[in-house]
Amino acid sequence: MADKIVINDLNFYYNQKQAINNLNMSIPANEIFSVIGPANSGITTLLRTLNRLCDLTPGIRIEGEIQLDNQSIYAPEVSVTELRRRVGIVFDVPTPLPMSIFDNIAYGPRLARKKNKKALAETVELALRQAALWEEVKDRLKIQAMSLSGGQQQRLCLARVLALEPEVILLDRPCSGLDPISTAKIEESLTELKKQFTIIISPHNTQQAARISDRVAFMLMGNLIEEGANMEVFSSPKDRRTSDYITGRFG
Amino acid sequence: MSVRSKFDEQLEMLNISLIEMGEIVEKAIKDATKALVDKNVELAKKTVEFDNEIDDKEKEIERLCLKIILQQQPVANDLRLVSSVLKIITDLERIGDHAADISEITLLLADCRYIKELTHIPMMAEETMKMVTKSIDAFVKKDLELAKEVIVYDDIVDNLFIVVKEELTELIKENAANTDQAMDLIMVAKYFERIGDHATNIAEWVVFSLTGLHKDSRIM
Repeated sequence: MADKIVINDLNFYYNQKQAINNLNMSIPANEIFSVIGPANSGITTLLRTLNRLCDLTPGIRIEGEIQLDNQSIYAPEVSVTELRRRVGIVFDVPTPLPMSIFDNIAYGPRLARKKNKKALAETVELALRQAALWEEVKDRLKIQAMSLSGGQQQRLCLARVLALEPEVILLDRPCSGLDPISTAKIEESLTELKKQFTIIISPHNTQQAARISDRVAFMLMGNLIEEGANMEVFSSPKDRRTSDYITGRFG
Repeated sequence: MSVRSKFDEQLEMLNISLIEMGEIVEKAIKDATKALVDKNVELAKKTVEFDNEIDDKEKEIERLCLKIILQQQPVANDLRLVSSVLKIITDLERIGDHAADISEITLLLADCRYIKELTHIPMMAEETMKMVTKSIDAFVKKDLELAKEVIVYDDIVDNLFIVVKEELTELIKENAANTDQAMDLIMVAKYFERIGDHATNIAEWVVFSLTGLHKDSRIM
């Protein structure tokens, strides 16, 4: 599998505090890549660095290189707007916009490409189907997105990313606070979506990583400790720290 | 108590139960051998009945393993440990069955004179008991070298079986009247040889639990 994202010698600083230490990582296309680790391991920072969401954070400094399809995402000629279309992100807390379900999904495509009404409706339907939400909302697309349940709101946010036809989807603990059924629906969608997209997820627990990932990376205090195939990491981790973390001995 | 300490407590309980099962299985082999050599009918009957106790112990450990899987969803070394125990108890239970099988033959032969003095069969019993003890020891002490020692040891038991088989074949050739008893004794020897195989299996699961490798290949 070709690498979609390649990270070389990445160092990330918030003022004097280093959040990521000399990280090297390759993320294959069309796979679910999980990054696990306790709090303050640099995982959220890493995800936010991949679509340059940290750019405007005061006091940050980034060294090293991140390549998307062999092209540096921090190169001067890169359009950040286009990068964020290609690399979408879903956060831990659902963030529906204060508008209808339809408008939430159509918001991005309208801004980006001003599609005609029919094409837009098709895009919204496809995105909602891909996020496994269509059947639940198809008859009430005009209602406020805020009135959906937490699990539905989170799938709406996933659909909003999908409507922009991205290549990479970043998910930062997308199922925290969701019930097992909503979690299962999101996991099912992700397993289906990886055929078309590259998915990088910070799972809300190690069991979720074990269930859905193709590859798993374990980070601790900004360092990549271990990275490997799911079965390998969860059955015979190479590093003692990985083993202690996934077996619940710390973290 | 933290969730992890409860988990550690359950794993400790698993260790203790496995040691207990190992001990009762060893006792079964020992009693089956003594009953055979001494033609002790009472002891042979007890050994046959004793098999139920081994079966109960297997069920008890099985339940504990399933409870741990359900409650703790173990991964990494914990997962290897729990899955190894599930496999090990199956082998221990089969060893218990063979001890009972041997005692059933003892009961059949109780009224006959043995066609030869039993020398190599008790040796097989001795060696297989050592294998079982060592394999369980290796598990509890997480001793990879000891587990590997057991695997190599199996050859000794296999060679003893060949010796017994050759002796019994000679006795049949000498006198066809020996055939019935020779067949029974070859069964006894075969059961001991199988016990050695099961002990080897246990040792192989110990290696898996410690290294993730089963018979030199990565199975997960």
